[in-house]
Amino acid sequence: MALHFELVTPERLVRSDEVYMVTVPGTEGDFAVLEGHAPLMATIRDGNVLVQKTAGAAPETIAIRGGLAEVNARGLTVLAEHAD
Amino acid sequence: MASLKALKIRINSVKSTQKITKAMKMVAAAKLRRAQEAAMAGRPYAERIESVVASLAARAGGEGASPLLAGTGKDQVHMLVVVTSERGLAGAFNTNIVRAARRKAEELEAAGKTVRFYTVGRKGRVIKRFYPTGVVADHDLSTMKVARFDEAKAIADDLLARYAAGEFDVAHLFYAKFQSALVQIPTTQQIIPVSVPTRDPKLAPTLSNDGDAAVEYEPSEEQILADLLPRNVAVQVFRALLENAASEQGSRMNAMDNATRNAGDMINRLSIQYNRTRQAAITTELVEIISGAEAL
Repeated sequence: MALHFELVTPERLVRSDEVYMVTVPGTEGDFAVLEGHAPLMATIRDGNVLVQKTAGAAPETIAIRGGLAEVNARGLTVLAEHAD
Repeated sequence: MASLKALKIRINSVKSTQKITKAMKMVAAAKLRRAQEAAMAGRPYAERIESVVASLAARAGGEGASPLLAGTGKDQVHMLVVVTSERGLAGAFNTNIVRAARRKAEELEAAGKTVRFYTVGRKGRVIKRFYPTGVVADHDLSTMKVARFDEAKAIADDLLARYAAGEFDVAHLFYAKFQSALVQIPTTQQIIPVSVPTRDPKLAPTLSNDGDAAVEYEPSEEQILADLLPRNVAVQVFRALLENAASEQGSRMNAMDNATRNAGDMINRLSIQYNRTRQAAITTELVEIISGAEAL
């Protein structure tokens, strides 16, 4: 019962983790991804990705710039140009 | 025959050369490891973006597609982006890349096309000698210690601006693909318009391989593609920079290893010559003394 989350930049694989929920800053508004989300492909704007390890846990913030988010059967992959 | 002193000086000079080449080899070996790691770390992103572009392009291609995908409809002006290193003494590394580019240029010119060059790195500037008017831009890498994405993006943005201005129709990228420390392959890759790789079903399952499952697009497929294609160019350039960095160090390590070995051989040969000369001198001296004593 976990979402597989990957954050990749051109320079490295920043994060590859099992998490509970991730909030992604989409171009057309933020969206949150839980396990079993429908397949989705969205561009993202500069902003913060919020990662919640477990339900109700304090979210961890990762600032990212430009890119693409994709949800498929294997989980969520965020391709960002830059991540801190 | 060379005098003893001259030989001694020669041996010492070769010895200090050997010290330098040996040090350069070790430095290259250390840098190679880092560059290789960077190239590895860059792979997931490049692979994923490539697979997304491929799957989107297959669907959104056709009429009214972005010029980055469909091309300008012409095939007249070719831009050759030649990525080389800032430093020499790396064996045939730069020569090979430049040669690949020149061969392509000759081929294109024979076919009646116009060829332009965009050089990246100091060692690519030799192209100016063969095509004095063909080089339209030169990107300096001297401030770059490790390949950074920003650098690749700057190059890509410049290229895209020139493409949008109609300066060229097709762009090719030249770099050395890193295979191992011993083998670097000069590679040509078409980056504009994007050449969509034919998907190999045997490849590891990559992103967006869920067949035609109802994937939601936000915004539309076309817009995502429009956002993605320029980014893809930057990614390809970045990959070239990374591969080149690793190849350069591998090539240099190899060249310096050879140089060190050659210097060692030379020192051996010179030492033998030195000893022979020394002994000959002693023998001559002895003969002189003995014959002098006998004459008394």
